[in-house]
Amino acid sequence: MITLKQHSILPGFNLALGFTLVYLSLIVLIPLSAAFLRTAELTWPEFWSIVTTPRVVASYRLTFGASLAAATVNVVFGLLVAWVLVRYHFPGKKIVDALVDLPFALPTAVAGIALTALYAGNGWIGQFLEPLGIKVAFTPLGIFVALTFIGLPFVVRTVQPVLEDIETELEEAAATLGANRLQTFMRVIFPVIFPALMTGFALAFARAIGEYGSVIFIAGNMPMVSEITPLLIITKLEQYDYAGATALSVVMLVISFTLLLIINLLQWWSRRRSSKT
Amino acid sequence: MMVTSTFPVLPQTSIQRATQEPNWVRWLLIALAFAFLTLFLFIPLISVFYEAFKKGADVYLAAITDPDALSAIKLTLTVAAIAVPLNLVFGVAAAWAIAKFEFRGKNLLITLIDLPFSVSPVVSGLIYVLVFGLQGWFGSWLAEHDMKIIFAVPGIVLATVFVTVPFIARELIPLMQAQGTEEEEAAVVLGASGWQTFYKVTLPNIKWGLLYGAILCNARAMGEFGAVSVVSGHIRGSTNTMPLHVEILYNEYNFAAAFAVASLLALLALITLVLKTLIEIHNKKNLKERGEK
Repeated sequence: MITLKQHSILPGFNLALGFTLVYLSLIVLIPLSAAFLRTAELTWPEFWSIVTTPRVVASYRLTFGASLAAATVNVVFGLLVAWVLVRYHFPGKKIVDALVDLPFALPTAVAGIALTALYAGNGWIGQFLEPLGIKVAFTPLGIFVALTFIGLPFVVRTVQPVLEDIETELEEAAATLGANRLQTFMRVIFPVIFPALMTGFALAFARAIGEYGSVIFIAGNMPMVSEITPLLIITKLEQYDYAGATALSVVMLVISFTLLLIINLLQWWSRRRSSKT
Repeated sequence: MMVTSTFPVLPQTSIQRATQEPNWVRWLLIALAFAFLTLFLFIPLISVFYEAFKKGADVYLAAITDPDALSAIKLTLTVAAIAVPLNLVFGVAAAWAIAKFEFRGKNLLITLIDLPFSVSPVVSGLIYVLVFGLQGWFGSWLAEHDMKIIFAVPGIVLATVFVTVPFIARELIPLMQAQGTEEEEAAVVLGASGWQTFYKVTLPNIKWGLLYGAILCNARAMGEFGAVSVVSGHIRGSTNTMPLHVEILYNEYNFAAAFAVASLLALLALITLVLKTLIEIHNKKNLKERGEK
């Protein structure tokens, strides 16, 4: 260990790192490796046929589509909320700022039943949409609503600190050079916050892909129509189809790890961008 | 309509700064942000409490004092009381190693600590079934020794610990990195032992960060649904946590009771947000005072 670590007079390195590694291995790494090792017991054609059946492919399409749509909406409105919270003053601002984190703190099952009750045909919001022929609860649209809710804080919280740090001198310079407000925003502010915006998008998207609790109540869960991939894993598990559930979970893990890598790259880019300006 | 008027009413508003939007743009943006937040945040939050009390306080009280509900509340509190301290110790150990020392593979370690955040809750539960379930690695051994982890409380604790691993560590690591090592080094040079240094120097510096992380960790531990749902087995009165109890009641069309239990969880979320905001305000004040000195 001596060669791996720079000298320090502080004690406790071996104990702290040793405990960290043992804990992480027992709680996270060994159980996670179980998914990969159990899947390795399948042959490649077996694995491939499990993860590409039409019902499974339909669930990928739905999970990705709804997550993408929800994360996109969150980019637009997340930027708007972050902008309003950083730049403007209005009564109740502190409370609104604190409540933005509600989707992080509210258990997903509670969000799920609340949204379902609101968007059902007789719910507060559903009763106005029903006559227009828009059905939200128990359709893919409902999944989009739930995923928008749980992804809401990500873009706001990644963009907010970057907006706070922008020096007004830049904007003043743009204004003196004859730019109007929209031009200043598009040419000066937007490039600075763009990496943070993308990070927020990726975080919201990654969270949405794996989300289960808030979605299953509102989705209706019809195979081929409104069945998300995490639910399909549970369904397979309940039918004692361990191989199927494990194969699907490996697909989800690979997607998660890829997204994690992308998010790390985006955050690195974001830090570099903001340290340059 | 002040809002849409382009003609200034008061003289001072007639001077529009070059780095500000016109008033009507401001109000339009604020209104749009409010509309979005109202639709996706405020209304869902209010509706939980409305649905919970719709049938009156008696129904509400009956729902949350039902023996199955009480046992779910007890289990949720027990699970959090185990998971949060475990991750607290882990968070401190990980942050001590990462923030106070330079070693190879540090970035990889930080990524590994964050890993549970990117795993779907359902997968988080499933992996424990693969290890401890009847079909799992240790399944037959556990069955022989008459021990149960999956579909029992230990499985619920494990799945909860998994999903909440990063909370405290990721709060402490940047905080302790920013504080550097000078104070601890001074203590060690002056003859303090390792534990003395930690208790008297490090702990007072990180206590607010520790509390902040613990509050967020607790909220997730009490509210976790997907991972716990996979390993719980949904046995009423025994392996049902509060979120799972909400699901069962809801699926039985007992909406008033489901929302009553849900309202307790929503209250927990609100308390979490209040405490979180209070700590943030406290930290900002502290930072200012230090800056003034």
